[in-house]
Amino acid sequence: MAEPEGLLDIDNLSVSFRTPRGDLQALRNVSLKMGKGEIVGVIGESGCGKSTLINSIIGLLPANTCALSGHIRFAGEDIVGMADRDLRRLRGERITTIFQDPMTALNPVLSIGTQMTAIQYRRNSSPREKQRRTVEFLEKVRMPDAEKRLGQYPHQFSGGMRQRICIAMALLTEPDLLIADEPTTALDATLEVQVIRLLRELQRDIGCSVLFISHHLGAVAELCERVAIMYAGEVVEQGSVRDIFRDPRHPYTRKLLECDPGRILELRAVMPTIGGDLPDLVHIPKGCIFRERCPDRFERCSERPPVETIRAGHRAACHKARELANP
Amino acid sequence: MKPLLTVNDVTIRFPAANRLAARLSGQPRFIEAVAGVSFALEAGKTYALVGESGSGKTTLARAIVGLVPTHGGRIEFNGERISGLSENRLRRVRREIAMIFQDPLGSLSPRLKVRSTLAEPFTVHGETAGIERKIIALLEDVGLPAHFAERYPHQLSGGQARRVAVARALALRPKLVIADEPTAGLDVSIQGEVLNLLRDLQAKFGTTFLMISHNLNVVRHVADRMAVMYLGRIVEEGNTAAIFAAPRHRYTRALLSANLKPDPDHSAPLIEVEGETPSLLKRPSGCEFHPRCIFSLAVCKQQAPKEQIDAGHRFSCHNPG
Repeated sequence: MAEPEGLLDIDNLSVSFRTPRGDLQALRNVSLKMGKGEIVGVIGESGCGKSTLINSIIGLLPANTCALSGHIRFAGEDIVGMADRDLRRLRGERITTIFQDPMTALNPVLSIGTQMTAIQYRRNSSPREKQRRTVEFLEKVRMPDAEKRLGQYPHQFSGGMRQRICIAMALLTEPDLLIADEPTTALDATLEVQVIRLLRELQRDIGCSVLFISHHLGAVAELCERVAIMYAGEVVEQGSVRDIFRDPRHPYTRKLLECDPGRILELRAVMPTIGGDLPDLVHIPKGCIFRERCPDRFERCSERPPVETIRAGHRAACHKARELANP
Repeated sequence: MKPLLTVNDVTIRFPAANRLAARLSGQPRFIEAVAGVSFALEAGKTYALVGESGSGKTTLARAIVGLVPTHGGRIEFNGERISGLSENRLRRVRREIAMIFQDPLGSLSPRLKVRSTLAEPFTVHGETAGIERKIIALLEDVGLPAHFAERYPHQLSGGQARRVAVARALALRPKLVIADEPTAGLDVSIQGEVLNLLRDLQAKFGTTFLMISHNLNVVRHVADRMAVMYLGRIVEEGNTAAIFAAPRHRYTRALLSANLKPDPDHSAPLIEVEGETPSLLKRPSGCEFHPRCIFSLAVCKQQAPKEQIDAGHRFSCHNPG
């Protein structure tokens, strides 16, 4: 699958944090490209480095970051090593974010109208014009009686409505990149479907790229075109959603898909699991990062696996990637 | 076979937040979080309560363990009425009914070591003989090594905290365990571990489970029977396999279709629900699902549907599928 014109190019990104036990290597050699207008999913379980990846892109790594290498090129500019001044120009304007919990993302003591007008401080327009734009975007996310509700506070809205407000706020600046960090995890199933549809519609409308972080395989399959699978700080496999879901080549991807009860059609007494624990990221084991838990491991796994290209755009970091084809 | 637990026409009310304003505006002074719910649980089986936020699942579960008073109806456990019992008499019943709370870390005291958390059920019920041995045995039951007794909750992963919560619930070998969202917030690989653990314990001790979940994929695999709740009422109830194969209530159908398939070729669901769950203070007329239902008829607005029973499968819908 051809990759469209580039917007974000994460190239060999590594990030470490200083901890009392030693340096924790949270991300190692992560490479991921995103095209303009593309929706890319990132799937991974707790501790896989999803949050560190997002924080790297928006330049908000914590103070105990002790090593940062590689490049994050956003529309040609490298975010790694960028001055705070320049970062502030991107963040909240060209790159915006929506988070899992819409209640903590909104300011509880300001009305939504005030918050949404305030974040338009960069625009040279009159307060009236900013308010008009606020209403326009609330209507875009299908808020009923948007104009009347400007004076209301976050606690007066339901969870689904709050997440819609967050989406409206994130799109107000018509960003180039929207990072959606588990935006539907806190929502009920019927609302999740509504929010995913809404995201897709608005993405088409505004033309931004979306980086959609989720552990819900169903939501990724519904929304995304391409997907990257992360494990313990590495991207172990990436490709089109169809290739990854139909013909996964990394044993971790295969296990993850196997464990999802939504993909198990016949009723099972015993649910599949991935045995073992995440490796210690302070003392990174030699060779393949998934080796300890891998059902397909063999001698060569003590060497670091190459990134094999299975087909255009589909890559997996496994010695057996070429053999592990689905029948 | 006599059911282990029967819930018969149970209603649970809470006072509305602003009672004076409610009285002046003619709104009800109470909200009915659970409104006339009936179901029965067979011993040794797993029963699932399904529904979205605010449907009353957790409130109902809390009423069964006596944490919330009921305002109507009757809850019977083992043939004995347990709703409306005094605190004192409830204590004896609580030995037999345990609860696994939704947030495993939040339900463990941050200042207590796992050992003390697991010792508590025994000390409360005065069974302190051989307590050390019992704690180690419990850890073993849930697949944790004995040295975990010395850990504090913050030293546990999400999956391990869930195991400790399960161990605490099982301490007194209860007949009924109520598990409120036992897999919520867990990674898929660990979800399976927790579900397998519950199933193993059921096989070993014959425990009956009442599981509250909004994860339909999980419910399909583990529950023998299920009830779908909407605005505090059961709208459909029956055999899990039968409901998944042929849901009758339109809300159940919508809920099942909103369950996104992890399959890129299985695109968007066909049946949709519009909008969000209405407030319990402003219950819609007739069938309470009608404002969101794309199959609603004129009658749905005016008349609450009567419950129909078809081979042990109950549902309340004017225009069933």
